Amino acid sequence: MVEFGFKLSPSSRINLDLRDKASFSKLVEIEPDALKCMACGSCTASCSAGIFEETSLRSALLGLQNGDKEKALKLLSHCMFCGKCTMVCPRGINTRHLILSINKIYQVR
Amino acid sequence: MIYEGKQKIWADYQKEIPEDHYFYVRSCIRQSFFPASEVTFLDITRNKLGKDIFETEHHTTCGGIAYHSDAIPQETAMTIIARQFALMKKYGYENYVCSCITSFGLYCETMETWREYPELQEKIADNLWKSCHLEFAKPKFLVHASDLIFKYRNQIAAKSKYKLVNVKTGEPLRVVEHIGCHYSKMFPSKGVGGAEYPYVLVGMVEAWGGQIIDYPERRHCCGFGFRQYMIQSNRGYSLSNTHKKFESMEPFKPDMIITNCPGCPYFLDRWQYVIAETEGKTYGENGHGIPVFTYEEVAGLVMGYDPWDLGLQTHQVGVEPLLDKMGIPYDPAKKYLGKNGKNIGEPEKPHCLK
Repeated sequence: MVEFGFKLSPSSRINLDLRDKASFSKLVEIEPDALKCMACGSCTASCSAGIFEETSLRSALLGLQNGDKEKALKLLSHCMFCGKCTMVCPRGINTRHLILSINKIYQVR
Repeated sequence: MIYEGKQKIWADYQKEIPEDHYFYVRSCIRQSFFPASEVTFLDITRNKLGKDIFETEHHTTCGGIAYHSDAIPQETAMTIIARQFALMKKYGYENYVCSCITSFGLYCETMETWREYPELQEKIADNLWKSCHLEFAKPKFLVHASDLIFKYRNQIAAKSKYKLVNVKTGEPLRVVEHIGCHYSKMFPSKGVGGAEYPYVLVGMVEAWGGQIIDYPERRHCCGFGFRQYMIQSNRGYSLSNTHKKFESMEPFKPDMIITNCPGCPYFLDRWQYVIAETEGKTYGENGHGIPVFTYEEVAGLVMGYDPWDLGLQTHQVGVEPLLDKMGIPYDPAKKYLGKNGKNIGEPEKPHCLK
């Protein structure tokens, strides 16, 4: 293999056929606030875990809606449930509880 | 919809291309990337079809690369272009044909800007007189060289020795056509078929016996994008664009790609090597790539030009499998011999790409 000093960017293609619609509907059923998120990024900016590992509820919610479940759950895997994101959310979403529900529905251990 | 209505709508997508008498300007980069394409264009139009295509050594770059890379302001590019147009008038022509898509886009942009802002046109005419003592002029018809080959496609087909047909199976070759973004995406009315249904290359391929294949990313950019390529660390963007196109066209098993832009054939050709070396993936048959051609090279092939006289040995992706499919004879021993019979040097063989 040759080193060129540049490489392929990861694909940003969204395949909606891969979307787990049933699980997301279930999530919205118990957490209607999941649809309230306006992706402002306040949660990500204030995240304590995000200093050390890539953690983002905003991106995770988008990932779940766009069929990238694996990436979405990885973005929440380092959450310490400190609740700072809940305090800063301008839409008043109980983000801590939302993350717990996501873990429950998508069966994260 | 009634047939006449359809015809009326389609008429809006047509472009008036005069038959003859053109002032020709070359491209800066095509002569090094695809060295025989422009010579082949001139040979076909002048000597095979008997057209009057004039060129002068006094013309320069259009300034497009510097303009799109933010190295010069638009007014400078416009003055360079005004000089080109003035040369056209000086030599007694009013139809202007350019070899480069970037130039074509910039000429269209300049003409439209002058139409919209006549005071700017006055200023550029003044700049031209002060700097070059040349009289300002605008072409009556502005066309790209692929428009002309499109116009002459049936005349070329009538003189063709080979067709875009697999001689072993008798099936038409499966061809991907790729239009340069600056051809009709900026000014749709300036291109044959507009931005929605660009027909300039499709018409050629159909006239010469090939079959166009459609695929999801057909209208996606090749990834050149000027600043995406010129800074090394940004080249991943360029590479990723090309990769996206190849991933999209791969299931349709294309035999070849035809393009009408200087950058597109270069990047669609060279990036296949980079993708093969970094990802270990090739898109053609049996470890080969998909050969990429300029429209002049394809016209030359169907008219029976020697593949090595068309400069096909300068391509990264080997063209021999396609020549075999078309039944075009070639001498492998002469591949790297120049016009004077001396060896021009051979490139190193890639690890993955055959």
